[in-house]
Parts: sequence; C-alpha cells; structure tokens
Amino acid sequence: MADTMQFDLVSPERSLASLQVSAVLIPGADGDMTAMPDHAPVITTLRPGVLRVETPSGTSEYVVSGGFAEINATSLSVLAEKAIPLTEVTRVHIDEMIEDARVAHDAAKEKFKNEPGPVDDAAKLLADMVALGDHINM
Amino acid sequence: MPNLKDLKNRIASVKSTRKITKAMQMVAAAKLRRAQESAEQSRPYTERFNAVMGQLAASVGNSDSAPKLLSGTGSDQVHLLIVMTAERGLCGGFNGNIAKLARVKAQRLIAAGKTVKILTVGKKGRDSLKRDFSDKFVHHVDMSDIKRVAYTDAQAVAKEVLARFDAGEFDVATIFYAKFVNVVTQNPTAQQIIPAAFEAPEDAGASTVYDYEPDEEAILADLLPRGVATQIFAALLENGASEQGARMSAMDNATRNAGEMIDKLTIEFNRSRQAVITNELIEIISGAEAL
Repeated sequence: MADTMQFDLVSPERSLASLQVSAVLIPGADGDMTAMPDHAPVITTLRPGVLRVETPSGTSEYVVSGGFAEINATSLSVLAEKAIPLTEVTRVHIDEMIEDARVAHDAAKEKFKNEPGPVDDAAKLLADMVALGDHINM
Repeated sequence: MPNLKDLKNRIASVKSTRKITKAMQMVAAAKLRRAQESAEQSRPYTERFNAVMGQLAASVGNSDSAPKLLSGTGSDQVHLLIVMTAERGLCGGFNGNIAKLARVKAQRLIAAGKTVKILTVGKKGRDSLKRDFSDKFVHHVDMSDIKRVAYTDAQAVAKEVLARFDAGEFDVATIFYAKFVNVVTQNPTAQQIIPAAFEAPEDAGASTVYDYEPDEEAILADLLPRGVATQIFAALLENGASEQGARMSAMDNATRNAGEMIDKLTIEFNRSRQAVITNELIEIISGAEAL
C-alpha cells in the first residue's frame, strides 16, 4: 500500500496546493471524514470548516467555506469556493462569511415562508459558519 | 499646396497620437499577461468541476427528478441572452463581434417566434444592442469599478441569473463572450449554461464508480448553481484576456498607421519647403538679372 497520495486544493481563482499527503481530514456535509491512500471512491460536498492536511513532513490547515471533494484510491481533489490557510485567517474573514450566511438566511426566511427546506439549509450554513469561528478561537 | 505651418501642426498632432496608442499598446500587453495568468490559474478548478458534473449528470440526468437547472423547464420559449463585453472601447472588433453574434442569435430566435430577454455585462455590449433591442433588456451588470475580475463578481452575476430562473422568467440561458486563442485571434462564442450541458466522461465504462455523500441528487442540487457561477467566471476571465489581446493588436496597428502617416506628411512637408526655397531663389535671381 502506498503511504502517500496526490492532493490538490483548488479554488476558482487559483490552485492553492498540490502535493503528496498521507491523510486529509475533510469537513464533509454529513460529518468529518479522513481520507487516506486507497480510500474507496467518494464524492462529498463540504460544509464550512477546517481542512487538515497531513504530509510526511508536517501538517497544514486551511479554512474552507464550502465546495466538494473527490476522493479515490490514488488522489484527492478538494474544490473549494474559498480557501484560506488557517494561519492567515483573521476575525474579519470569519465575520464576513458569517455576515454573508446571515444575509442568505434572512433572504431564505423571507422568500420561502412556508417551506422549511431552504430556510433550514441556510440556518445550518449560518450555524456552521459560527461554529467554525468558535472552533478556531476567534 | 498646404502651407508649411499647417503641415507642421499635422505632423505634431499625429506624433502625439502615436505616443498615446503606443502607450495603450504597452499597457494592454502588461494587462494581457496578468489576464492570461488568472485565466490559466482558474482552469484546474473548471476542468475538475466539469469532470465531476459530467459524471453526476450522466448518472442522474435522465431521471424525472433531475433538477431543472440540468434538465430544463421542459420548454424553450423564453431565451435569456447574457452578453458579456468590455467596459471600454478602442479594442478593435472585440465588442462589435460579440454584440454581432448576440444580435444574429436574437434575430433568429425572434424570427422563430421565441421571446428574447437580454442581460448585459459590460457597457459596450449594452450600448450597441440598445439600438435594436431596447425593449428586451432585463438587467445590466456594471463592471466598470472592477479592476480584476474575482470569483465573487461571477457569483453576483450568477445569483442574478439564478434568481430570474427560479422566478420562471426564462427557460434557456446562453452566455456570449470571446474565447481567447492568441493575441490576434479571439473567437466570439455562444455557450448554453441553463439547462446545463456537461460533457459526459470520455471512457464511461472504465471510470470509477463513486459513492456520493449525501446522495447524488443533493450533491447535484448543491453543485449546479455553483456550476453556473463557475462557467460565468471562466467566461469573464477569457473575455478579460481577449479584450486585452484585441486592444493590443488594435493599438499596434494604430501605432504603425500613425508612423506611416508621419512619414508621408514629412515628405510632403520637405517638398513644400523646398518649393518655397526654389521660389525665393528664382525671385532673387530674376530680380538680380533685371538690374
């Protein structure tokens, strides 16, 4: 069994990371999961959270706002709408993201008065954003 | 024969025009490099995105419950044309070509009895389409304050389009932009984005079977709106590179033409100067002979 796999983190504007990794912790929409080499092929959407990348030489972390991940035995691609290295994240970033989610939530409440689905989705997104802020102590 | 002072002024003014076009060409060249870089950097995302969407669409696409963004509304009566052009002119046929393509398409649709709505991004396209289709305009996105196109700008356009789609305002959306081939060639392109048309993976048989988390339809519902934004973003970036490329070659031509004009004017200037001198000499000589 190979002990590393190819990992790519890309955002629409640029490619953020492309390296060999031993494990990646992914904040999946249905719960966190760790992908290691020879993982079964999975495509999952992401919730806002921290992506932890473990390489043989060290660990790095990124804050992602959403997107999806494509996992297969030899490679892992994460396509994130917005991804920032954890060390560069500031309170301002988080506040901005929470504010966006709040606006979306209010808009959903306004628009879908009697349909809980979209409102709940927006509420979950907002809660995820807030939890993310708490998680990284800001 | 024009007098010497007029010629001198003409030469001076063409020279200053040449200076301006030369400067614009160099600015465009610098901007082109940056625009090309950002277009290239966005490519991995778009490629992977489309690959995954292709797979998903192939597995869900034919079921009845497929999202409307993928399968369409079931009619193609109302068309939304999203025309993306530059905010500025002086870039050769760039804006004109995109507007022309959109105009031809709009006229064909109208002739076929469809309803056409137009959404413009960038001032130049709006100005040139306004003459023929002023009653068809639904919205205009102003990009004049944006120096460098970011993903959030594309998201804003996508949001506008999706809100209209959700409200049932149109059935089919097509974007018009110029694909960057090289500095002298930019191809005006029309691309349908709603209902989404993704290419199925080439070797469908050999491709891996993925597990989906949550299920395929939920992922698709989440990703399709992003797909619209991604395609608009890619088109905006292509457009940005094309605009600078077109401007660069247009300004290169202008500079060269100005140079030729200066040469011609200078020859004319020298000829008339010599004619004046010859005239004076003849006057002096004939004056001396008369004595």
